[in-house]
Formats: sequence, C-alpha cells, structure tokens
Amino acid sequence: MNSEQIIFYILSFWFVASSLAMIFSRNAVKAVLFLVLAFFSAASIWILLEAEFLAITLILVYVGAVMVLFLFVIKMLNIDKSTLRAKFTGYLSLGLIVAAIIVAEMSLVLGTNQFGLDVFSSPARHGADYSNITVLAMQLYTTYVYPFELAAVLLLIAIIAAITLVHRNETSRKKQSISEQVNVQAKDRVRLVSITLPNKEGK
Amino acid sequence: MELWQAFVQMVHTLIPWLDGTVANILIILIKAIVLVMPLMLVVAYFTYAERKVIGYMQLRIGPNRVGPKGWLQPIADALKLMTKEIIFPTKANIYLFLLAPVLAITPAIAVWAVIPFDEGIYVTNLDISLLYVLAIGSIGVYGIILAGWASNSKYPLLGALRSASLLVSYEIVIGFALVTVVMIAGSVNLNTIVQAQQGGIAHWYFIPLFPMMIIFFISALVETNRAPFDVVEGESEIVGGTHIEYSGMTFAVFFLAEYANMILMATLAVVMFFGGWHSPFEGIPYLQAVFAWVPGIIWLLAKTSFFMFLYLWVRATFPRFRYDQIMHLSWKVFLPITIIWIFVVALMTQFQLAPWF
Amino acid sequence: MNNFIEFDTSSLWAALPEIFLLSAIVVILLLDLFLDKRFKQVTYYLTQLSLLISGLLAFNLIGHPQTIIFSGSFVLDNMASVFKVFMMGATMVAMVYSRHYLRAHSLFRGEYFVLVLLSVLGMMVMISGYSLLTLYLGLEILSLSLYALIAIARERADAIEAALKYFVLGAIASGLLLYGMSMIYGISGSLNISDIASFASSANLASRETLIINFGLVFLVIGIAFKLGAVPFHMWVPDVYQGAPTSVTLLISTAPKIAAVAMLVRILVDGLGSMHAYWSDLFMVLSILSIALGSVVALMQTNIKRLLAYSTISHVGFIMLGFATGTLTGYGAATFYMLVYVLMSLAAFGVIILLNKKGFEVDQISDFKGLSKHSPWFALMMLIIMLSMAGVPPLVGFYSKFFILQQVISAGFITIAVIAVIFAVISAYYYLQIIKSMYFDEADKDITIHASIDMRLILSINAILILAVGLFPDFWMTLALSLF
Repeated sequence: MNSEQIIFYILSFWFVASSLAMIFSRNAVKAVLFLVLAFFSAASIWILLEAEFLAITLILVYVGAVMVLFLFVIKMLNIDKSTLRAKFTGYLSLGLIVAAIIVAEMSLVLGTNQFGLDVFSSPARHGADYSNITVLAMQLYTTYVYPFELAAVLLLIAIIAAITLVHRNETSRKKQSISEQVNVQAKDRVRLVSITLPNKEGK
Repeated sequence: MELWQAFVQMVHTLIPWLDGTVANILIILIKAIVLVMPLMLVVAYFTYAERKVIGYMQLRIGPNRVGPKGWLQPIADALKLMTKEIIFPTKANIYLFLLAPVLAITPAIAVWAVIPFDEGIYVTNLDISLLYVLAIGSIGVYGIILAGWASNSKYPLLGALRSASLLVSYEIVIGFALVTVVMIAGSVNLNTIVQAQQGGIAHWYFIPLFPMMIIFFISALVETNRAPFDVVEGESEIVGGTHIEYSGMTFAVFFLAEYANMILMATLAVVMFFGGWHSPFEGIPYLQAVFAWVPGIIWLLAKTSFFMFLYLWVRATFPRFRYDQIMHLSWKVFLPITIIWIFVVALMTQFQLAPWF
Repeated sequence: MNNFIEFDTSSLWAALPEIFLLSAIVVILLLDLFLDKRFKQVTYYLTQLSLLISGLLAFNLIGHPQTIIFSGSFVLDNMASVFKVFMMGATMVAMVYSRHYLRAHSLFRGEYFVLVLLSVLGMMVMISGYSLLTLYLGLEILSLSLYALIAIARERADAIEAALKYFVLGAIASGLLLYGMSMIYGISGSLNISDIASFASSANLASRETLIINFGLVFLVIGIAFKLGAVPFHMWVPDVYQGAPTSVTLLISTAPKIAAVAMLVRILVDGLGSMHAYWSDLFMVLSILSIALGSVVALMQTNIKRLLAYSTISHVGFIMLGFATGTLTGYGAATFYMLVYVLMSLAAFGVIILLNKKGFEVDQISDFKGLSKHSPWFALMMLIIMLSMAGVPPLVGFYSKFFILQQVISAGFITIAVIAVIFAVISAYYYLQIIKSMYFDEADKDITIHASIDMRLILSINAILILAVGLFPDFWMTLALSLF
C-alpha cells in the first residue's frame, strides 16, 4: 500500500462517513455542514484523480456559494421535525425494500467484473507539466462549445424563471433613490421661520 | 536557496518511510510554520498600527503606556485574551460554537500557501492558485455563519444573515474583477501573473484595469467586514454581530482571522495589480541599478503595507454604509462595470494593446 | 497537446435557425425590459416574428443532405428540419390561441413569451441533438422553461402544485435518463449517437457489453417514457394538464411531444437501433398499458383538461406502439400519428381556450353545455376534433390509428392490435360525451365568445385541416415515411 492509497482510503472514509452523517443528522444545519464535509472529501478525491480544476470548482461553487445560501435559507425556516419524521417512517419500509432490490440488481450488473481493472486498463498518469485547466479549456471551447453554450442558456432560463416567480410588482416594495438623496438641498428640507421670543416677564 | 535544497535532501535521507511521503509532509509543515509565525506577528502589530494611525487621524495619541511608546501593547492584549474565561451561552450548540472560530482561521491561513513572495519563494506552486485563493477564501464565511447560528442569540443571527448574503454577493464581483487579470495574464497561476507584469510600472495591471483595481479593493473591504462595510458587526445596530457571545481566546481567533484576511487581500491586490515582487524602478536606467540589491520580497511587503494603511485610512474616513446600499453597490454598480470591463479587456487582447500583452 | 478538433465556423449555417432564435431571445428579453406597459403587444408580435423567421430558416434547410457539425453533437437532416417546422408552426398557433387568454388572466408579460421562446429553443436542440449531452441539455432547457411557465400563474394554488409535481417528477426522470446515458457512455466510450450506433451494431459485442447496454437502455426507456407520459410514468400528466394555465397546457400538450419523439428517435432508433429486440418489448408493455389506462380512466373525468390528459396518455400509447414494431414504416406511422395528434390537440385546447373569459376558467365538460345553440360553427369544429380523436373515418384520427395498427399486424402482433382496438372503441365513449353535452344539453351558463378574428380564423383552419388531411392523407403519410 503506497501513500496515495492511504490518502485515498482516508478520504473515502470521510466521504462515506460524512454522507451518512448528513442523512441521519436530525438537525438541518448540521446536515448541511456534513454535506460540506462530503463535498470537501469528494474534491480531494478528484485532486487524486488529477482533476484539480474540477475539485476547486466544486469547492468554489458548492461549498462557497450554494451551501452558504442553503444555510441561509435553513436558518430562516422553522422546520418541524416531528411531522417530517412521521412521513419518513411511514414510507421507510417500502423505500428500504425498493432500495435493497435496486442495490442488489445494480451490484450484479455493475460489479468489478464489468468495469474492473481486468476489463479496462488503468488510466495513464500525466507528467508534472500536465495542466488540467488548459486541457479542459481547450476541449470546452472547441469540441464541446455547443453543449457549453447550451448550459449557459440553461442558466439564463434559471435566472429568468427565478426572477419571474419571485418578483412582485413595483408598488409593493419600498425603495429609495440614492441620487435623489444625495442631491437634496437644505432649502428643500428645512424651513427657517423667525418667531418673536417672549421676553423674560412672560408677556 | 542552495541551503534549503540541501536541507530538503537531508530530511529525505533521514526519513525514508513511505517513498518519502512522511519527509514531504514534514517539509511542508516546516514551510507552514515559517510562514505562519511572522504572519501572526504582523497581525498583532497591525492591530497596534491601526490604533496608532486612527489615533493620529483623530488627533489622539493612541496606545502609549505598555512598553516604550506602547510597543508591547499587542503582547499585553494577547496575554489578556488568553487568560480570560471563555463563556458559553446556556443554550448554545457547544460543538458548532467552538468549530466556528476554527473555520474562520483555517482558511485565512491556508490561503497563504499559494501566495508568491518572491521569484521561487512560496509554500506551493499550484497551477490554479488564483482559483484556490477564491475557493478557500470563500470558506471563511462558514465561521461567521456558524458563530451567528450556534450562539443561539438574536443579534449574532442577524449579523450572520447579513454576512452570508454580503459575502456571496461580493465574491461574484471579486471573481469577475479577477477574471480580467486572468484574461491579460493568460494564466490562473499567481506566479505566472506576477511574472507577466515584469518590466516596470508601465507593465503593471492597475493601468489597463484601473476600475477593476478600485472595485477589487472596495470588495475586499466588504469581504473582510471592514469599515465602512462592517454591517456584520455594526455595533450601533446589532451590538457587535456574530462576536457578541464570544470571549477570551475564541474571540481572539476571530480577530486573528479578520486581520489575516485583511493582509491577504492587500497582498492579493499587490500580486494582481501592482506587480507583486517586482521593483517599481525596473526599466529606469539609473534607479534600476541603484535598487538592484533590494530583494523582491521587500518590494512586495512595502506595497502590501501601503494597502494595509489604506484599510485604516478608509476606516477613519467614511461613515458606515447601510445594508441595502451595500447590496445596491454590488449588484447594480460593480457587477455591470466588471462585465463591461471584461468586454473592454477582450477588445484590448484582440488588438494587442502594448505593453500588457 | 491533445488532438482536439479545430473549431470550424464555415459549417455553422446548419444551425442557423437555433442561432437566430437565441439571438432573437436575447434581443426580446432586453427590449421588453425597456418597453412601456402599454406596448407589451410589441413583445408578442416580435415573438411571433422570430418564430416565423426561425421556422422559415428551418424550412429552407429541408432537403439538405445529412450534415453533422459541432464535433458530432448537432445533426441536420430532413427529420430535424421537418420536425422543427412543425414544432414552430404548432407553437405559433398556440401563441395565437393564447393571446386573449393571457390578457384575460393577466399573464400577458414579457417573461411569458421569452420562456416560450426558450422552450422552443430547447425543443430545437432536442430535435437536432446528436450526442447524449446535447439531447439532455435540450431536454432540460425545455423542461425548465415549462416548469416556470406553469408556475407563472403564482396566485393559483393548483398551478403551483402542478409546477412542483412536474418539477420533482421531471427531475427524477432526468436523473434516470442521465444514469442510463452514463451507462451507455461508460461502455461505448462516446457521447455521440453515431459512435454509439457503430459500437452497438458491431458484430463482436461481448456479452458483458450487451448487458451494460441493456442496463442503460432500461433507464433510457424509463426516462423517455416519463417525458412522453406513458403508463406507469404518467402520474404527472393529469395534474399538470389540469393545474397549468390553459395556454401553457396547450403548449405542453403539443410541441414538446414532437421534441420527445425526436429524442426517442435519436437515442433508440439512430443510436441503439440494433438493440431493437431489447427495447421493443418494453415499448409493447408501456404502450398497451398507456392505451388501456388512458381510455378507461378518462371515462370518469368531469374536467375536460384532465380528460384530454388521459386521452394524451392513450395517444402516446399508440405512438409508442408504432415504434415498438421496429420497422421503418412503423416508425413512419408513429411519426404520422404524432403529427396528427399535435394537430388535434392544438385544436381541442384551442376551443377550450376560446370559451375562456376574464376571471372565469373554462375547464369542465359541463361548460360546453349548449354550445351548439350559441356558436354552431365552433360546436361543429369541436365535433370534428372529438370524432377525429375517437378515430372515426374519414377524419385524420382514423387514418393515423389505422396505419399504426396495420404496421402492428404486419409485424405479427395481432393480439396487441386487437387489444388496442378494443380500448380505442372504449375511449370513443368519452369523446361522444362531450359532443352530447354540446348538442343535446341545455346551457346553464351564458356562453359568449370574445376571441379576436385571427384566432377564430386559425382555429377554423386548424379544425378543417383535420378533415382535409383525413380525406387526403397521402402527402402527409409519404412525408412521415420519407423521414426514415
């Protein structure tokens, strides 16, 4: 067992353990944090696979942005755990049976005898000057430029859809015009009125 | 350099286990310690500088009692914080409450691994170091969010909510601003980016990317929760935000993380826009020869110090922004400008505008 | 450096309709932002115009020999062009029908039109997709726009429910489809349909490889059946049809079916045609179940949108039956059936939408009571549509069913043909029920039709076309057969 294998098994252990912890965690915030840990382990495994760009992107996008917003939302929701769990146990037996059947079938078909190392040769190691990001960029902007553009369209739709569904008409929200606030003059706001003060005797 | 090579060789011969992996880990550890120790010292004296500089700006003297001219003030502060009791709120989630400062400081230090201090002086030369900086830097927000949530107190929660939305918004702006740098340098490796700026001030990227430099610096203020964007703490509105329930060493760790991040952002600004370790006198006939002996790391530190000073200057000058104004600034001002500038840079690249390409 | 394929701009003309449409979408999206509320009409007309131009560009490409561009992920062939023209024509007609509905239900917004255009783009991508990746992306572009379009009536709880159901089930279906695709990719080593086809049809396929292809195939079939709405993956269809705004139901029930059939053809016929023996059995079961359930459950419906949803399920069953035969004429018959179904569905929902008025959603069969007194012309149109859906000669619905059954019998599945006929006869009952309530029941509400002249005209043409194509089906049949 060389050092890479040791690292791989440690990372895989963390990956599996944190995924399980995420599923069985009763607290939504903790579940999100375990998911973050799972993402980290997955990213580290990708680095072992020489896909460092994807690994960093996973952290940047999912850990750095998506999960932060997840936490943001979860903190604001008041999730009633008892009703959730009641539904969960109600479907548990059926779900377990279906899951067991699928796992059994899939492991029959997708075992190492189908996709193992004796069928496929192990991937070649790249040299020290191999740059994952350069290779990806080259492929992405030539061979896969069409799917790449389509993915961009997909994101555009997501933006349009989100704004369409959430945006209310303008009258229902308060907003301010900063330029108006900055340009305001003293004479518009303050009116100086001269009044005669009563004298000391109070007349 | 030769000395270091010899040292590495020696460690490898002394500890040959696991094909040298153990030795490698040891060497990385030594590098990390060599990096982190001075960093912590700089952080300590940065707080002292802050109080002094703002003091003078407000016509006060600042700390001057502990040690000669107050020089031992940071040491005294550190001792005080270390000996203070750590108070746990009754209904706080203790694990997450303690995890939060750890999550704040770890990325703040880990990011330094890829910063190049001079030609060939770095902990690691990662091919995608800029993305690494952005990715690891974005994890720091978990510290604040968790601190807000785990404290089980209302003001920290408000601070955490503000922080989460602010940081995510400004990360996008910073990302876009740095994309322009990447477009010019043609690399996401910080070393390469600095090397591409060789050849005097005219070659530094702050000239073609001036608006991006300004936006980067302002966004850096937001990312580090500094005045005038420190609504996360906002002591006048939410008492101190996420830090309210923290005391003693737990608070000190947050403090360290914040200042380490500030220094990091200043360094990044120098690396990205101000030629990193390059001397400003490069290419000037006489001065170049005079300053040839100065090592690059000195130039880097000098430029970084200027940006660190700028942080303090800004803090002493501007009143705090309101939350919605900061959001407005990000989404409706900075983001459009950065996107337009990406097109401008694309045009510059197309027409090979000298001397940056 | 890797030997990546040079990016070639000289062959981009093959994707001209898509490129034009995407540019038009961006322009309309930006323009709509700056348009005053009074000029929202402009967005509508621009939408129709861009669909028209894009359709004409696609029409212009009919007859070109097969061209594959973008490194094998985009194909231009006759089927693609014909499908695109039909799909865009259907969308344009649907937009004409929807206009006054959108006004009446205050949905006349720029985003609505942009989302419709984006869904059209997704369908075009699916129709021309020649790699698993582009097919999947096209499907997602289509689905995502449709989810948003359903939920656009966000004040209505049933619309939100429909959108959510569609979203969750659609996401599961996409997941299954992706899983199947990953299996096919894993074993064949390529995402391109042409590579997969040559891999799957190679003579020396190891049993291990056949096994994995079959494994992926099952997931692919499930994913496609989900999107088509075949039993037992039909649960979303009735709820979505009922809950969505009628204009969106009209859109969902027509053009996306063309795209789904195109995806089916690309993956299962073009890609895994040599594996036909494995997937045709699955298709047989799915189609018989769909025809049976669609015909029987529809008998109990009182909501006409829900009724048409079940009718769609049974029509989808017939389409899949055509593909199950595994012969080229069978595929042609299925394509013909699909085009006919789109024509009938457009007209049926057109009549429903015609009866809508401000603040009142027409979706019950009882709403059609006494239509023949108030508007004998449109009652006649509805009569034609319903008889055609039931499969009464000489209307086109009869011929489409007839061609399918002919192919099924000639392929040797006589029992299946008999079952299909029995259920088709059962289904005639509920179509006749609508006719009965139009002609023999007294109206209990006031029916007034507010539609504009263009809608009346196109709806009439649409319904008459059902009769006309039924009388002269040769041209359409040869067209459908020529695609394979």
